Amino acid sequence: MKISELFSYLNDDRVRRIIAQVSLAGFVVFCFWWLITNTSQNLDQLNKTIGFDFLFQNAGFQIAPTLGTWLFSYEVGSSTYWDIYLIGIINTLLIAVLGIFAATIIGFLIGIMRLSNNLIFRSFATVYIEVLRNIPLLLQLFFWYFTVLRSLPDKRGKIDLIPGAISVNLEGLFLPYPIWHSGAGFAGIVLLVATIATMFMRRKSKNRQLLTGHPLPIWRITATIFAAAILMILVSVGIPMEWSQPTFIETGSVIKRGFDKTTAILVIPEMLAVWFALTLYTAAFIAENVRSGILAVSKGQAEAASSLGLSSGQTLRLVVIPQALRVIVPPLTSQYLNLTKNSSLAVAIAYPELVSIFAGTAMNQVGKEIEMFFMMMMVYLTFSLLTSAFMNWFNHRSKLAER
Amino acid sequence: MKKFLTLVVSAGVVSAGAMMIAGVAQAATLDDVNARGYLQCGVSQGLPGFSNADDNGNWTGIDVDLCRGVAAAIFGDANKVRFTPLSAKQRFTALSSGEIDILSRNTTWTMTRDTQLGLNFAGVNYYDGQGLMVPSGLGITSVSELDGANICTNTGTTTELNITDYFRANNMSFELIAFEKADEVVAAYDAGRCDVYTTDRSGLAAQRTKLTNPDAHVVLPEILTKVPLGPVVRQGDDQWFNIVRWSLNAMINAEELGVTQANVGSMMGSNNPSIARLLGDEGNFGEELGLGNDWAANIIKAVGNYGESYDKHITPLGLARGVNALWNEGGILYAAPIR
Repeated sequence: MKISELFSYLNDDRVRRIIAQVSLAGFVVFCFWWLITNTSQNLDQLNKTIGFDFLFQNAGFQIAPTLGTWLFSYEVGSSTYWDIYLIGIINTLLIAVLGIFAATIIGFLIGIMRLSNNLIFRSFATVYIEVLRNIPLLLQLFFWYFTVLRSLPDKRGKIDLIPGAISVNLEGLFLPYPIWHSGAGFAGIVLLVATIATMFMRRKSKNRQLLTGHPLPIWRITATIFAAAILMILVSVGIPMEWSQPTFIETGSVIKRGFDKTTAILVIPEMLAVWFALTLYTAAFIAENVRSGILAVSKGQAEAASSLGLSSGQTLRLVVIPQALRVIVPPLTSQYLNLTKNSSLAVAIAYPELVSIFAGTAMNQVGKEIEMFFMMMMVYLTFSLLTSAFMNWFNHRSKLAER
Repeated sequence: MKKFLTLVVSAGVVSAGAMMIAGVAQAATLDDVNARGYLQCGVSQGLPGFSNADDNGNWTGIDVDLCRGVAAAIFGDANKVRFTPLSAKQRFTALSSGEIDILSRNTTWTMTRDTQLGLNFAGVNYYDGQGLMVPSGLGITSVSELDGANICTNTGTTTELNITDYFRANNMSFELIAFEKADEVVAAYDAGRCDVYTTDRSGLAAQRTKLTNPDAHVVLPEILTKVPLGPVVRQGDDQWFNIVRWSLNAMINAEELGVTQANVGSMMGSNNPSIARLLGDEGNFGEELGLGNDWAANIIKAVGNYGESYDKHITPLGLARGVNALWNEGGILYAAPIR
């Protein structure tokens, strides 16, 4: 083969593509090979092994009471590291769901306030956004935690929010829990049927509005259905539930004074602080998304709506927001993902979420860094992918139907 | 092609992530340290007496002195060391991944850490015990009155396990609130979130100074468990392990032999064979470690002997030598001889 032939061969687009692909594939294989041999060599040197047996060992440490410890009835001595993993997931998930819920509501309110014609609303929203968005989340976390702590009485005192039911002190927020009586199942079924019936009527009302322009009097229908359902429950089974009475102990051992934890739901202050901080911080970003979404809807739309006689509330609800959503939803998804991932900062103030108890306490006891980080990455990856999938579905639903 | 590229990029990202964990294949630590020109030492995020940074960023404490001693033994210069403040939770990962050469961070020596975590404890530089502190206003005088208590401590420590063991063994209930950093533990305890603050007794003495009103708190008389604190190295490098172990032993032996920072120069050429071996006048102990024969002399010149280091850093906390005195002075400090 002559040199010139070789060059023309190398200049062939197809050949170049194959060379590029093969060398890339080779590089990737090399990376993995290097990684695996190097890791196993290093682990050998440290006399460590890879394996997941540790998950079945007993975890010998106590965890602060949270939804996770309650769900899996965590008990030192019988609970394993696998339980720790699940508790961490539940606690992370809990804070993510509560945070997303509250941040969405506050974010929408602030975002709309920011565009309000009312000077006070508008300035409040601007200050809120600029302050919260520009202070690091970790500092806000500490601020909320220590503000909450410093402003409350210790566990031997209390502040009643609703006397006899909801109180708060340094141990946390004490809420009554429902105690169900027989007949609660029946009541549940009746309420479920009533809900399905209203949903059915709403759909029917909508269809009728599309066909004739006249909706059904839907609020009156809903009220009637629920009034009937509640009457039916009261007549047949009475009130099938009551609230627990949180008991406050003021005598006896100084350590045991305070609320009897078996008589109330305890929400620890660490969790409240994480929730406040994540919610308020993320809400500032969501508010900006909402604002940009609303501004993206052309002014003519709102003007047309008001010339049709829609009130400003109706204009916002029926015309502007549905169109704004297609701009709001994609960045909203990344805010949700941020919130979920930011929840890992909670370790700083002792909220027992995944990073705190699994990568923190548990990893220090068993030292399986690679396995445990892998397990944690999978959790966050799964959360994020599920959130994305849901939001993509929602985005698909809310985007403009293009004809 | 687009899919393939995506695959390649994602594979690259995954491998990059995993590489951080895997680290680079480790050569002999001493060679790495020599090539780098300084020692990397993991310390606490601020524990007076053990490792604490002042306003100018100068680290002091007995854990810090140990690292400075090792640096002096290697380079003849106690300043060729960089300190990495680590939380209890991060410390072992930092050591296994090679981010630091020595972990000298008031770390408790336990069997799990020796076996499961792939670490080696080079000795004990402080014999401690786990203690409990309560506000004196509560009128508590003994651990047995603590049934139902809220207890604050650090996450990723043996303290968490010990307190759990103790309360379980005595059939007492409690809630544990575990923070990542000691400063937050102190702040939460100070705010009244917990009835009890538990950690090593030396830690209680040190952290107490950070409370709003240090005198309004008492340390209970009971010692829950023994807590031997010492420097840690990675498994698999015996030479490095020996350097750290014998740097500590040299400091303890120097106290026993009466060699101090002030008199180490005049002790050179001593006719006491133990001192002559320690200071490198006799034998080639330093060379056998891979260092110069004046290794121990350099340590003592730089940071003094164990007793001097203790008096400088721990005594101001109000902690007497106690069990940390030399074996021939009523304590249990007993270093193997240099011979």
